[in-house]
Amino acid sequence: MTIKRSTWALPYMVFLILFVALPLVMITVYAFTDPGGGGISLKNFVKFANTAEDMHTFVYSIEIALITTVLCLLLGYPAAWILSRSDLNRSSVTVILFILPMWINMLVRTLATVALFDFLKLPLGEGALLFGMVYNFLPFMIYPIYNTLSKMDGSYVEAAQDLGAPPSKVFTKVVLPLSMPGVWSGVLMVFMPTISTFAVAELLTLNKVKLFGTTIQENINNGFWNYGSALALIMLVLIGITTMLTGEDNAREDETGGVI
Amino acid sequence: MRKLLAQSYLWLLLLILYSPIVIIAIFSFTEAKVMGNWSGLSFGLYSNLFNGQVSGALVRAIENTLSIGVLAALLSTILGSIAAVGIFNLKGWKKKSITFLNDIPMLNPDIITGISLFILFVAVGARQGYVTVLLAHVSFCTPYVVLSVMPKLRQMNPNTYEAALDLGATPSQALRKVIFPQIWPGVISGFILAFTLSIDDFAVTLFTKGNQGLETLSTYIYADARKGGLTPELRPLMTIIFLTVLLLLVIINIRNSRLTKRNK
Repeated sequence: MTIKRSTWALPYMVFLILFVALPLVMITVYAFTDPGGGGISLKNFVKFANTAEDMHTFVYSIEIALITTVLCLLLGYPAAWILSRSDLNRSSVTVILFILPMWINMLVRTLATVALFDFLKLPLGEGALLFGMVYNFLPFMIYPIYNTLSKMDGSYVEAAQDLGAPPSKVFTKVVLPLSMPGVWSGVLMVFMPTISTFAVAELLTLNKVKLFGTTIQENINNGFWNYGSALALIMLVLIGITTMLTGEDNAREDETGGVI
Repeated sequence: MRKLLAQSYLWLLLLILYSPIVIIAIFSFTEAKVMGNWSGLSFGLYSNLFNGQVSGALVRAIENTLSIGVLAALLSTILGSIAAVGIFNLKGWKKKSITFLNDIPMLNPDIITGISLFILFVAVGARQGYVTVLLAHVSFCTPYVVLSVMPKLRQMNPNTYEAALDLGATPSQALRKVIFPQIWPGVISGFILAFTLSIDDFAVTLFTKGNQGLETLSTYIYADARKGGLTPELRPLMTIIFLTVLLLLVIINIRNSRLTKRNK
């Protein structure tokens, strides 16, 4: 008797349910459980709304994530555009150089930033935090934009030029709209990890600045599992909303492509 | 002129992007305690690293990182490759739901993956340590293996398997002699990718390592940095990690571009 090949997915399906779906269900259950007496309750969320410090950290983290995303976009878009133009950049090595840092341990990169600031005798603090964030996540902005731009059909640009559009019009009316899927997935790839980082902020600011990720980590470490789960769930919802707003399928457009 | 301007913008960004790691690499060749002080060229830190002059905790952390990396890569490659063949042959809602679940670990932020697994292990009363870290790593590595094997299956001629069966091969022979050789490049890329992801991980490991003293390189570096700055012995180590990852990625890229060329 032969086994159908489709059943080969079964072991992995079981694994996914146990180690991907179930943990997320558990977080939700813990978040809605009363830490005192058990039972379903909204106590953890009420606690969050009433804890001024945590609320402030939450809002501040969103601000930092937004600023980082905008800075990455402003710096990254021109870079992606240049990389995609064969008349301005012929070498594929520069492309690889821009993508490589994505694969270096974030902690190592953060400590390297700390080392750079020490070396340049610059103070650690909010400035270092923003530099570190942009430095950490810029490649994640460049890569998707570069991908869409280099796949773009060049004849659209030519058509616009032939019809008499000046370069600025060609950019705003043709290139930019066509590259929006890449921009959105870049925004997502920068915003999501920035909003959820921990450790990075404490190292870059000598514990002066706290981000929401650190708040979650501290609560989990100190045994406030229910409250920590609730905070994690809030972050998950925030990320879910961002994903929906920016269009989910954009994030995985490189499915058929290589690793890099 | 335009090209010069464009190129200088690119190289300026690259300079900023790489300067931190370059500085660490430069100062790995001097023994000064504080980075920024140059106390003369020396390979002392490197020879210490290989002569067992470093703390036992660091050595154990490196060993753990490598063994977890190899095991996690091995397990997720086996699990993921078999699953990819299965998923490829699935249809309809079954395919959709497993693809959806497969996407979650890739879209989920590390901290959520870490905490959700931590809560799971707490809830079932599992003692957290080596095994839980390994399971966690397999859970976030396997999706990437599936994604690197899948394109190879898509490129395959679906009739070759049936042809092998018609010619008298048993299903397992057809698998070994027909399907497997064709997806092998994807499997290898998946393995390298999984290994890289595993040795690179910090957040998930931190939440699932328990409190029995298990450390990987990332968590060791984190604990060390929190105690106040980077100890000198970590500078050559970080340089080596950087170069290793660089090398692995260059290999993956050369392989990929060669394969695409061959396919054309």
